[in-house]
Amino acid sequence: MHLYVFRRLLIAIPTIIGVTLLIFLAMRILPGDPLEMIENESVGTIRLTPEQLASARASLGLDRPYYQQYLTWMYDVLRGNFGTSFWRGEPLIELISRRAPITIQIALMAVAVSWMIGLPIGLLSAIRRNSPVDYLARLFVTLFQAIPSFFLGLLAILVGILYFSWRPSMTIFYLWDDPVKNLQMTIGPALALGVGLGAFIARITRSSTLEVLGEDYIRTARAKGLRDGALLIRHVLKNALLPIVTVTGLALGGLIGGSVAVERAFGVPGLGLALVMAVNERDWMLIQNLALFYGVVFVLVNLLVDVSYAIIDPRIRYS
Amino acid sequence: MSTQLQKTPRTDAAASPPVGVAFPAGPGRRPHVGFVRRFYRSSFLGSAATILLIAIFAIGAFANIVSPYDPLAANFAATRREPSAQYLLGTDYLGRDVLSRIFYGARISLLVAVTSVLIGDAIGFIWGVSSGYLGRRFDMFSQRLLDIMLSFPGLILAILLMAALGARLETVILAIAVSRVPLSTRVIRSVVLSVKEFAYVEAARCIGATSPRIMFRHVAPQCLAPMLVIFSANLGTAIFAESALAFLGIGVPEPTPTWGRMLGGVLSEAFRPPWWLIVFPGAAITITIMAANLVGDALRDILDPRLKQRIG
Repeated sequence: MHLYVFRRLLIAIPTIIGVTLLIFLAMRILPGDPLEMIENESVGTIRLTPEQLASARASLGLDRPYYQQYLTWMYDVLRGNFGTSFWRGEPLIELISRRAPITIQIALMAVAVSWMIGLPIGLLSAIRRNSPVDYLARLFVTLFQAIPSFFLGLLAILVGILYFSWRPSMTIFYLWDDPVKNLQMTIGPALALGVGLGAFIARITRSSTLEVLGEDYIRTARAKGLRDGALLIRHVLKNALLPIVTVTGLALGGLIGGSVAVERAFGVPGLGLALVMAVNERDWMLIQNLALFYGVVFVLVNLLVDVSYAIIDPRIRYS
Repeated sequence: MSTQLQKTPRTDAAASPPVGVAFPAGPGRRPHVGFVRRFYRSSFLGSAATILLIAIFAIGAFANIVSPYDPLAANFAATRREPSAQYLLGTDYLGRDVLSRIFYGARISLLVAVTSVLIGDAIGFIWGVSSGYLGRRFDMFSQRLLDIMLSFPGLILAILLMAALGARLETVILAIAVSRVPLSTRVIRSVVLSVKEFAYVEAARCIGATSPRIMFRHVAPQCLAPMLVIFSANLGTAIFAESALAFLGIGVPEPTPTWGRMLGGVLSEAFRPPWWLIVFPGAAITITIMAANLVGDALRDILDPRLKQRIG
């Protein structure tokens, strides 16, 4: 078991390095250097004179050879220095540590919501196959897999404003500071993301449960007299869980991407909104380091998901 | 696995080929005609969704004929009008007719989605076939590269590429295409790995066929069916990606109307948001994605149910 975790950790390291290379390549090798875009258009009413551009280039280290830029960046990151925002001069580490908890909290809540919605619906759909309940569930799944999460969020806000005179709050309240205000802020995005993901989970749960229900050991257990309720929990759920966890892991990428759009819909000041701001303002340091943060977190989360396979399914530990 | 729960194909064995062989070879057979008939019989929902999708394509293609107004013409005398007889779906904050903008938006959304998925899946197809068939070092190298690409959330990668390339129609297509490559490569590669073991591939090798010939003459046709399924599955995701990018403001630039951008423009109307500016574009996106998903599901059901495990 420990060997399995250790091996997965070992593979994660070159993957992370590869991710950093990918980000770096995307930012540098593609046509045009980062400041060229600022040079070609005026961002708002801010224009940089050629001397300012040259000094900006030097300060960002863009005049040095590529590998030097890459190594400097890596060295800085490993020491915890994420640079400063180009237009604001704020150290990025502060920006990230201020906004990251919100985004992470919303993501976790969304996963929890998706499981709370998806598992029961999927199970019910599988047990009462082809019944009206099943058809209703499949309608729900088809509909909510297609609705974009940010659209769902906008609809929720619309209903809130028109009927309840409620407006989404914009200042950050952390969970440990002020739970009520924090939940007011995060429950909207979490639900918008979670329902869509929940539809997907319901679908996978349904097919996975149907497969398990067809297995011989279920028939044996039932023949031995095990009641349906206990059967469900003890045998069906545990065995159906592995594909569900697999798919949840795979869908996390979409969750992270969708959270950016949902954050914009609700105006939640999280990392996603920071990324969009950075792209709109051409703040390269921020884009680069935020992308790095997202990438590393995603790799680690995948690692956790892999480890959880080993916990759920003993067969994997010994392979 | 118990046989009671397996779906039995509702066709008789004499009239159509076994499940899993989509396009049977043989003298005098017209596989495509039979395919359409089987598709219709196997899934009514899929057929209805196909017709819907074709209708949306038609609306987009002939948008200039069907639209009552010019989608770009601002009319400051008629801003923020509710849906009425004159403006069926209302007007936006510049007085532009929402219905016309939705029709023209179909054009952009579908154009971007189809082109990006075609490019991404074509690259994935070639890469997957080569990687699966050629094996050894090329395969290992490709696998590591794909691992890295898959380790990055798709939309974030697209945002990153858009930031680096600038926001234009071509860059949106490229960004979404790149995010589609890893998954299609993986699936095609897994299909190729099993096709590689077929007897006729070995026979072709024995009589001296070169690798490229084997790959494109014998292996590739077997991958066409999964390719069709992946294509339709990716279509929904691509439409979502395009609308998300536009919503965030980094998609196809103004003044081209696109559904995501119409949704994004509402955010500045926080005081009393016009519901028709939110509901209709969003519904358009939802209906299109739903149609694409249903078509994909129906295709997968008749072409290769085993793909369910590979794609989920």
